[in-house]
Amino acid sequence: MSSVLQAVVGPFVEFPFMRRALVATWALSLGSAPIGCLLVLRRMSLVGDAMAHAVLPGAAAGFLLAGLSLPAMSLGGFVAALAVALAAGFVTRNTPQREDASFAAFYLIALALGVLLVSLRGSQMDLMHMLFGSVLAVDDAALLQIAVVASVTLWTLALIYRPLVLESFDPGFLRSVGGRGAAVHIALLVLLVANLVSAFQALGTLMAVGLMMLPATAARFWVAGLPAMAAVAVAIGVASGTLGLLLSYHAELPSGPCIVLVCGAAYVLSVLFGARDGVLLRQLRKPVHLTR
Amino acid sequence: MTAAAHAVRLHDVTVAYRGHPAVHHLSGAFVAGAMTAVVGPNGAGKSSLLGALGGALRGFEGRIEHDSTLRIAYLPQASSLDRSFPVRVFEAVAMGLWARIGHFGALRRVDRTCVERALAAVGLSGFGQRLLGELSAGQAQRVLFARVLVQDAELILLDEPFNAIDARTTADLLSLLHRWKNEARTVIAVLHDLDQVRANFEHTLLLAREPVAWGPTAQVLDAAHLFKARQMAEAWDDAAARCERAA
Repeated sequence: MSSVLQAVVGPFVEFPFMRRALVATWALSLGSAPIGCLLVLRRMSLVGDAMAHAVLPGAAAGFLLAGLSLPAMSLGGFVAALAVALAAGFVTRNTPQREDASFAAFYLIALALGVLLVSLRGSQMDLMHMLFGSVLAVDDAALLQIAVVASVTLWTLALIYRPLVLESFDPGFLRSVGGRGAAVHIALLVLLVANLVSAFQALGTLMAVGLMMLPATAARFWVAGLPAMAAVAVAIGVASGTLGLLLSYHAELPSGPCIVLVCGAAYVLSVLFGARDGVLLRQLRKPVHLTR
Repeated sequence: MTAAAHAVRLHDVTVAYRGHPAVHHLSGAFVAGAMTAVVGPNGAGKSSLLGALGGALRGFEGRIEHDSTLRIAYLPQASSLDRSFPVRVFEAVAMGLWARIGHFGALRRVDRTCVERALAAVGLSGFGQRLLGELSAGQAQRVLFARVLVQDAELILLDEPFNAIDARTTADLLSLLHRWKNEARTVIAVLHDLDQVRANFEHTLLLAREPVAWGPTAQVLDAAHLFKARQMAEAWDDAAARCERAA
């Protein structure tokens, strides 16, 4: 085996925890990246970030009650993030405040509450684990949870694709034909929360949104349509997960930040060289016009 | 006029926003198979009324009565659309088949032909795979008209269909409206161009939150009615007394 091949394949052949981490990042990309694309296109990118923070108090409550138990922390995180989504939605519907402001308010409250709860019983390490995760510590139970959430996400998106698209670009028409726009919006938020929770152990509350949003924002610079954008985002997520793990292994760096930083590099490269509206191509492209 | 000649009857309809009436105690009937324009100053409640008629706006008071089998097509204001969302023209027009295909139904060959015919009817043959956001405002409006065509509705509701549209596109789309009328469909359109209304619409509802006049266009759009409509204050009066008819 050549040394390059050994460097790329070797860690995954040799170590089961690397294989589990690889499968986890691939499965996370499959579920999260299409959700990220929808958030980007619906101008809800920061809602994803806010919800990632909102997972923390629930996960911390689970930690307080059951220690480092994945089911307890996942359930707590899911409930907390949904509560923040519902509270922000309630304020948006019943006051003049816009959705971004109400989400910002509630996620800040949630973040502070989460840190406070962890500090009641946990150590500095526990807090770091919650904030930044540990993809190399993903066990079979966590892997199963990630795989189930990714599968449910893809099936659900396929089922609600039509009303989701219609609600995104023409909500008035959807209401006029009897479609339930609010239900579709809530379904998207539930999927968002489920994906953030499933990414929680691998990447932590702060990094979980990285594998969701960065591939999606990068994909926008390569293709136009939603299905193509989702496919490109998944590919970027899978590639970034793989490269990030290898970088982490060979350079002995924390894996979560490595994965998200590789996603970030993919984003910067896409902004610069993207075939669709990339900065460099826009500069280099000579203005031409057709005859008609 | 007999009851059968009416496509839709309104019984004391009030559409309110935060307690302030956008449309206040409106009763009357839209003539079936005719073209009716809804006109009035900005904030007069025209779009709210159309939204309530089309089912896009819920929570109004009063009663809107029509045949339960009446097929309704609703074309919202262009400004309410997010054209940056990547939807292909074919996909957008095919949404008009919602009543048949719903959330999950597949498009049959006959449906695809229907969509392509509608695109051809609005002069957009070959545009099916283009993204809506790549089109001009006029072309995008033609796409929405193609969607209305696909809906094959008996009652067609158009909210400011000719805003920011060039003269040729307006003329083309107006000819579609006349075609619908000739097919005995009922057309209700919110419009601002009174000359266009006088030239094309036999009935007019002049709104200024409350109905100012409703009937034949020539009678409705006279100087006295238009002057009365102009008196409508656009701003809300937060100290306004509670409407005694609201009970």
